[in-house]
Amino acid sequence: MSTTTAPVRPPARRPSPGHLVLTVLGELLVTLGVLVALFVVWQLWWTDVEAGREQRAVVEDLDWAVDTDDVPLPEAASEPTTPSDPPVLDEPAHATTFATLRVPRWGSDYVRPVSQGTSRPDVLDVLGIGHYEGTAMPGEVGNFALAAHRTTYAKPFHLVEDLQVGDPLVVQTPEAWFVYRVTETRVVLPRDVEVIAPVPGDPGAEPTTAMMTLTTCHPMFSARERFIVHAELDTWQPVSEGLPEALGEVPAEAGAGTDVEAPTGTGGA
Amino acid sequence: MYGWLWRALPGPAWLRVVELAVLAVAVVAACFLWVFPAIAPHLPFNEITVE
Repeated sequence: MSTTTAPVRPPARRPSPGHLVLTVLGELLVTLGVLVALFVVWQLWWTDVEAGREQRAVVEDLDWAVDTDDVPLPEAASEPTTPSDPPVLDEPAHATTFATLRVPRWGSDYVRPVSQGTSRPDVLDVLGIGHYEGTAMPGEVGNFALAAHRTTYAKPFHLVEDLQVGDPLVVQTPEAWFVYRVTETRVVLPRDVEVIAPVPGDPGAEPTTAMMTLTTCHPMFSARERFIVHAELDTWQPVSEGLPEALGEVPAEAGAGTDVEAPTGTGGA
Repeated sequence: MYGWLWRALPGPAWLRVVELAVLAVAVVAACFLWVFPAIAPHLPFNEITVE
C-alpha cells in the first residue's frame, strides 16, 4: 500500500490550436444556422408586413381609385356595356401604378395596385402586381398580362389556385371598370412565354379578343413552374356609371379546404 | 469566439447580458433592413414571371 498525495487541481491547460479552431468553426456554423432561420422569418413574414403596408398606402393615394368600402355593392344587374371601344390607356412609365385589381373570390376586401413593369426590386417586391411591358392594357384587344408574388411580399396572388372558371377579375383604371372572367387555369414551365402572347398559347397570331393573364410561382415556395390564369373580357363600364355588378358576386363554391373570408390569407405557409 | 466576446465586454455579468442583448437586436435589425433585402433578389425561389 502506498499513500497517495491529495489530488491537486491541475493547472489550467491552454486549449490546443486544433481545439480552438474547431470551437470557432462550430460557433460560426451555429451562427450561420441562426442567420438562415432569421432569413426565413424575414422572407415569409417581414416582407409581407412591409409590402402590405406599402400596397395599402399606394391604393389609398390613388385619387381615382373607387373606395368600395363606402358604397353598397350592386345587387341587381345593371345594364352592362358591351365590350366595344372601351377607353384604353397608353402604357405608363415604369413602376407607375395605373389600375387596381379586385377579385371577389379572394374576399370582398381584396384590392391591390397594378403597376407597370415586372422587375422585382422596384415593382413586384414593393408595389405588388406588375404588368408585363409591351402586353395589352386593360380592355385592349390582346393579352393584359400580370405577375405577382404568391407566398412573399404581401402575396397578392396567394389564393390563385382557388380561382374557378367563370370567376370575375375586376380591373379599375381612372376611367373605367373592366370585368374579366376566368376561362382557364394551368401550370407551365418558366420558359413558356407564349402564355403572355397576344393570343395566349399562339404567338404570332392576330388577337381578336381582350384577354387577361396572371402568372405566379408554382408550387408554392418554389420557382420550378408557373401557375397561369387566363381570363377574357366580359363587360366594361365607365367609372361614372357606378360599380360593376360582378363586385357583388358571392363566389358559388370555394375551392376545397380554403377559407375565402380570411382577410390576411396567412394559411398555407 | 463567443467566449472571447464575453470576456471582452466590460462590466459585471448582468451588464454583459444586457450588452449582448443590444448587440443581438442590432444584428437582427441590420439583417432585416440591409443584408436580407440585398441578397433576396439573387436567390432563386421567388421568380414569378415567364421569360
